[in-house]
Amino acid sequence: MPEITPAAYDSKIEGNIIFTQIDSAMNWMRKNSLWPMPMGLACCAIELMAAGASRFDIARFGAEVMRFSPRQSDVMIVAGTVTYKMALAVKRIWDQMPEPKWCIAMGACASSGGMYRSYAVLQGIDQLIPVDVYISGCPPRPEALLEGLMRLQRKIETEPALKEQKPSLYAAMNS
Amino acid sequence: MAASVNAAVTAISAKFQVAAKTEFRGETTLTVERTAIKDLCVFCKDTLGFDMLLDLSGVDNFGEEPRFEVVYELYQLSTDLHLRLKIAVSEDDLAAPSVIDIWPTADWHEREAYDMYGITFPGHPDLRRILMWEGYPFFPLRKDFPLAGRASEMPDVAFSAAAPLAGGPFVTVPSTATTKDREPRSREQS
Repeated sequence: MPEITPAAYDSKIEGNIIFTQIDSAMNWMRKNSLWPMPMGLACCAIELMAAGASRFDIARFGAEVMRFSPRQSDVMIVAGTVTYKMALAVKRIWDQMPEPKWCIAMGACASSGGMYRSYAVLQGIDQLIPVDVYISGCPPRPEALLEGLMRLQRKIETEPALKEQKPSLYAAMNS
Repeated sequence: MAASVNAAVTAISAKFQVAAKTEFRGETTLTVERTAIKDLCVFCKDTLGFDMLLDLSGVDNFGEEPRFEVVYELYQLSTDLHLRLKIAVSEDDLAAPSVIDIWPTADWHEREAYDMYGITFPGHPDLRRILMWEGYPFFPLRKDFPLAGRASEMPDVAFSAAAPLAGGPFVTVPSTATTKDREPRSREQS
């Protein structure tokens, strides 16, 4: 029976090792695979589509997987004018998205009602759901949406993901 | 089939009571009695050949009596003729006969006029609101309805709130002055 000797870790075969914190690893994975819920309500949705197409290519930031089911989405991009008739439907879809979730208010209308100071338009989607990033513009250029997405990525980087979202696991690891 | 607008007006005048006829920039408008509008529409379509209803809309002349108007934009496809019909509708009896059986396109137009002004159209098979939700308590295009809107609440359906106008409404006064003088100003200040 040959004696088994402990071998050293061979990085050429096994690959490299990176030491990191769980928060950083989770946040890194999350921020680079943000699946958007495209809440296209008006002309901003056209720019959102442009951001998804080849010239601007939102896939470069890992956010190209537009999910039309809220249950598979991470970030809701409210793109367009939120009328009062639509408002509670947006809220309902937001409520169906699993945590953790984020929201981008794309354009003037979603952020503040825009030019519609009117009987029919909700004066900003932040009256119903919490917004992480506001993007100015009427409509914003696709670059502006990408900038907003990158800002959201930077925000996700700073989140204490494990401690806030997995408290029992966090307590078990620290005990 | 009418060959010109004038021929159509002559034919209508011979058969119906025309209260007023106005010409403006080549557009002919006939004002008629509300009771005659249904027969007139049938006459316009079947005899004069106005085969298309371009638009049907309401007008609120707030402060006048009768307060409302319903406007019918008629069009003849083959000869490119336009004719506008108007009827006056008072606030006490806010109804105009539906013309949906003459031009089916009137369906959504009448629903819109009902939604925005509260004008009812007896004979319409499905007179619901078309833009605002069922249960919204106001008629927002009426002149006594504030520009900012009013608060309302329908649980699980929709709500509305008055919009901040920040000193507005801001209006532009038509003039040939410079851009600086023409830029929108608050109505309260001007």
